[in-house]
Amino acid sequence: MNTSELLTPNMGVFALLGGIAAFGAVGVVAFNNATRSALCLVLTFFTLAFLYFTLTAEMIGILQIVVYTGAIMVLFLFVIMLLNLGALKSLFEDRDPKMLIGGVLGLGMAALLGSQVLAPMAKVTQMRAPEGIGSPQSVGYSLFSTYLYPFEIASVLLLLGIVGSILLAKRRI
Amino acid sequence: MAQWFLDLHPAWQALVRVLLFLLPVLMLVPGLIWWERRLLSWMQDRIGPNRVATITWSKTSKMVPGFLRGKKTKLFGLLQPIADGVKLFFKEDVTPSASDRFLYFVAPGIALFPAFALGGTLPWAPWRSLTPIADVNIGILYVLAISSLGVYGVVLAGYSGNNKYSLMGGLRASAQLISYELAMGMSLACIVLATGSLKMTDMIKAQEGAFWGALPWAQNWFVFTPYGFVAMVVFMICMVAETNRAPFDLPEAENELIAGYHTEYSSMKFAVFFMGEYAAMFVFSGVLASVFFGGYNMAPFNWDYIAQNAPPFWAGVAGFLGKMNYWLAPLWFIGKIAFFISVYIWIRATLPRLRYDQLMSLGWKSLLPLATFNFIIVAAWILVNRLVTEQRSPLAGTIAGFGLWVVAGILAYSIWRIVKRASAEPELEVRTIKMVDPVGEATV
Repeated sequence: MNTSELLTPNMGVFALLGGIAAFGAVGVVAFNNATRSALCLVLTFFTLAFLYFTLTAEMIGILQIVVYTGAIMVLFLFVIMLLNLGALKSLFEDRDPKMLIGGVLGLGMAALLGSQVLAPMAKVTQMRAPEGIGSPQSVGYSLFSTYLYPFEIASVLLLLGIVGSILLAKRRI
Repeated sequence: MAQWFLDLHPAWQALVRVLLFLLPVLMLVPGLIWWERRLLSWMQDRIGPNRVATITWSKTSKMVPGFLRGKKTKLFGLLQPIADGVKLFFKEDVTPSASDRFLYFVAPGIALFPAFALGGTLPWAPWRSLTPIADVNIGILYVLAISSLGVYGVVLAGYSGNNKYSLMGGLRASAQLISYELAMGMSLACIVLATGSLKMTDMIKAQEGAFWGALPWAQNWFVFTPYGFVAMVVFMICMVAETNRAPFDLPEAENELIAGYHTEYSSMKFAVFFMGEYAAMFVFSGVLASVFFGGYNMAPFNWDYIAQNAPPFWAGVAGFLGKMNYWLAPLWFIGKIAFFISVYIWIRATLPRLRYDQLMSLGWKSLLPLATFNFIIVAAWILVNRLVTEQRSPLAGTIAGFGLWVVAGILAYSIWRIVKRASAEPELEVRTIKMVDPVGEATV
């Protein structure tokens, strides 16, 4: 594969979105300020959604925005602002042997995940999923047929979480 | 649509579609501000801005035609927004020294983005090659997703200014927007169930069907159906809350928080927040019009059906109106939007601001249960319909129909409770104080 084959418009779009997402992901751990880290995570989630859009998987992309960018990260920011977390100077330590161990373990994890994800991807020749895969209809159909029990169990789990939080938060019910 | 347009590169087509949506919104925002100020002042028995754009013609000049000399031509203050804009441009742009510089500069832009991006799947005419910008199969979900991003601009503006009142405004905004998004999603889910599609274009097509499935000459706008009416009311309340407008403008409550999240903003940055707010009002009104009020259709009548089945004269009239309905579609759409914006202003002039706990209890205890019950009713309705028409099992249909009545009864009861709670005297918390009398002399 020579370079001219790689330089397609699709590649450009992917490089742009993927680059922003990767920089955002680095920013999450690199920033000292909790708010900035959270915002970098927002940026990563948001650009990931656009990566899904470029693969014509609109459903998963929009769910990414609704669930992660629109709900979870807003709650994160809410809590960060509520506690008014500034830059945590005390957490910033250099020359700590733990950093080295952490780095090695992190790289090992990345290699493990990468090998699992990239190995099947090597044989992929078609760029997009066929029409209809990942559409709201097909997702809904498989949720209520093949994956009915996991789906219902997950909903019971969420319900338990809500009931538990009410139990903890309310002194008198 | 002309073939030459479809022959263009898709990127050019997309650009044309985006511009055809964005430019009118951008141009109508100043008009909207003027309309709000004039209508509000009329409702409050004031005059409002009526001086800008008054032309006083010269008494002596030969350039002025005779009948105009010495007269004044009044244009109802229509150019007031331009004067406001010029003023805002030339105001000093103050940046607080203790602010988070980067976020402070980015926040107005982030606030503006969702307001304009909201209309990405909104069809403003029946011309499929020009509108909507993207007719994807997630239409209404896109609106929900982008409207949920609206909170970031407000929160970041509140946080970055390093002002405790701004921060309070940002916190209130994030709590409020998350709370009202749920009810909004539930109310839209009813319509999704009834339509069987997430596409906005399919929703409008579904509303062009026969009225209640029985009267073929009228259109079945969702607002005319019982469940659609309930969903419309819930959606409208949530829409006002999502755009931070009175009576839900707690994030910028000026008697408590100075100006809320945009306290620290001045000059054009302040104006950008307002532009975002008005653009969001505009687009949300458009969503309301297309989901519940038949979109770009002029009136709830099927002109084609009337033209075929009416006596000759009326058939001609109906045919003419049908053509008007098709070719002037954006006009009807803008008209509906103008009406809903007037409703926004009307609500602002009528209702006092809610207290924070009232806002939360309205969202979580009234609107969300109401929308959920409505959702269950629509589902039951569809189930009964399928059992009777497709499965041809009247017994199961009867049982399901009975269940539907039970659910409808619960819904009516809950509406009654809400109305009763809203109209009745507020239940004041009763606290008793037990006087401690160490000496034992006084008797209370």
